[in-house]
Amino acid sequence: MKIKINSKRCKGCQLCIIFCPKKNIALDKNLNESGIAPAVIIAEDNCTGCGICFLMCPDCCIEIEQKI
Amino acid sequence: MAKNYKRPDSLYDVATHYCPGCGHGILHRMVAEAIDELGAREKTIAIAPVGCAVVAYDYWQFDCAEAAHGRALAVATAIKRCQPDKLVFTYQGDGDLAAIGTAETIHAANRGENLTVVFVNNAVYGMTGGQMAPTTLLTQKTATTPLGRDAKLAGYPLKISEMLALLDGVYSVERTSVSNPKEAMNTKRAIKQAFENQLQGKGFSLVEVLSMCPTYWYKTPQESVKWIDESMSQYFKLGKLK
Amino acid sequence: MKTKILISGNEAMGEAAIRAGCKFYAGYPITPQNELTAYMASELPKRGGIFIQSESELAAISMVYGASASGVRTMTSSSSPGISLKQEGISYISGAQLPSVAINVMRAGPGLGNIWPAQSDYFQATKGGGHGDYHLIVLAPWSVQESFDLTQLAFELADRYRVMSMILSDGILGQMMEPLEFDDEVAPSGLVEKPWALTGASGRKPNIVKSLSIKYGDVEKHNIMLQKNYSRIMAKEQRFEESSLEGARVVVVAYGSMARIAQAAVANLRKQGKRVGLFRPISLWPFPAKELARISTKIKKFLVVEMSYGQMVEDVRLSVNRKALVDFYGRSGGGVPTQKQVEREILKTLSSVNRKP
Repeated sequence: MKIKINSKRCKGCQLCIIFCPKKNIALDKNLNESGIAPAVIIAEDNCTGCGICFLMCPDCCIEIEQKI
Repeated sequence: MAKNYKRPDSLYDVATHYCPGCGHGILHRMVAEAIDELGAREKTIAIAPVGCAVVAYDYWQFDCAEAAHGRALAVATAIKRCQPDKLVFTYQGDGDLAAIGTAETIHAANRGENLTVVFVNNAVYGMTGGQMAPTTLLTQKTATTPLGRDAKLAGYPLKISEMLALLDGVYSVERTSVSNPKEAMNTKRAIKQAFENQLQGKGFSLVEVLSMCPTYWYKTPQESVKWIDESMSQYFKLGKLK
Repeated sequence: MKTKILISGNEAMGEAAIRAGCKFYAGYPITPQNELTAYMASELPKRGGIFIQSESELAAISMVYGASASGVRTMTSSSSPGISLKQEGISYISGAQLPSVAINVMRAGPGLGNIWPAQSDYFQATKGGGHGDYHLIVLAPWSVQESFDLTQLAFELADRYRVMSMILSDGILGQMMEPLEFDDEVAPSGLVEKPWALTGASGRKPNIVKSLSIKYGDVEKHNIMLQKNYSRIMAKEQRFEESSLEGARVVVVAYGSMARIAQAAVANLRKQGKRVGLFRPISLWPFPAKELARISTKIKKFLVVEMSYGQMVEDVRLSVNRKALVDFYGRSGGGVPTQKQVEREILKTLSSVNRKP
């Protein structure tokens, strides 16, 4: 399973961080080119692909690909 | 259930102008998802509001009309009457739908126009700098209620959806929010249902969504979702009103 | 097959609209044009169209916006106070280039005024009652026949140029009954393809109908394009009628029902040997400035008569450009200049000597 966050588009609203049931998303220490600390996945192996981060992201920054 | 999550086809792959944590981004995506799932993109005509979402047509890949502030439901009425086979919906904020557009809203509903309305209620006027909206809560501070909304001076928050639910011409009214995953999923379901109602000719279907405006609530996105769950939805009760 | 009927101006405009292919009408009751709204209510649905009595004139103009955006021939009608309400929508329609027709059966103002006729909305119609740099094609009939003919023309011009056309009628013309002749079997003419219309993005890129553009420079570019369109209209669509200009010492300028009264005054004075003529603008926008400029090289005195306190007279003065004297006589607030009053004023202008233009 793959989960990607588009750190360039991310506005750092943190809704994904707030609602991730595994607390598996955090703010990057590095800023993106807009000067915002974007969200990053902490450990991809811990991601269950529940899709809640995608659901709550206002900017469609997250993409999850998994074998159905 | 394991599945793929990606941008719906009907949502252009562009950055939006919305503030971080603004509910519009979530709702634009849900609208696009619902329309794609229904295979309706090529027969959809959207009417954008005046408000932060005035440029919704930059984000959605279907035919779109701008309307004068508040008049979206009048424009939609005509488009639907002229083209009853199309999926016609309005996407309106609280000022557009419940202040300047109140007459157009009530009468389109009263006529039972077979339309879908996505009503984005964020209790403030975002685009113009955070002024009071009809749905601003009592004691809420805005640019035009700097001391907090006082019912004696500015009236009460308007429960327009409850009013519309009283009308015989209205088929369905629901209030949901995008402030937590459970409610967000419910919002997606409600919006898709409201589109399906139109496709099945069932009549006027409105979904009011309590949505975040962190900038003009002077809150972080985290505080904003909390405010919806703890304050806004205490006054604007979630659920099926009709 | 030619049909001849006796009909009111209001209903004639309704019949004309339906025969021109109008498929959507939205309107709100207001005197003195209620017969038109009622006519559309009963006739339009019978003949394949949609009628809505809207909750206000505000809603009606936005409904016309939506119908036009769907690519449909559409119309609304009202009278002065209701036309004031429509100004916002008219500006939006003009910015979005939505072909449409509006009919104003003018009454006395300002404010609620009364239901008597007036010509006090000339400025509103021709100088843009709404915000922004835009123009409507404004046509002024002077008979029931012309109310019919110009309404049909209004739809054609609207489609040809993607503008709103306005018929400026008044309480006299709307209410009076005269014979009307038309060909029963003529199909709507001047229909055009509308690839810009919102019909669902099937097999093409999505269309957007709007007048907003936030990016700097876009709205200026758009305005320049609109102005080019208006220049084309000004070059091609000036309409007028002249009578008895040969050797005229005074030419009366009047439009609409005022021109009917002026015509009677002119005819009566000519019977008495006075050299007077009549210039009748039919298009108020574009104003027939070219012809007025041309005839003012020979005609040195004009008398403008209006049911207002002086609105069209300004355009006459601009067109004549100080080459001739332009006098004015008007009554408004529901007062209608009588033939005798007009004759008196013509004689005053005739006898004025050595007055510099």
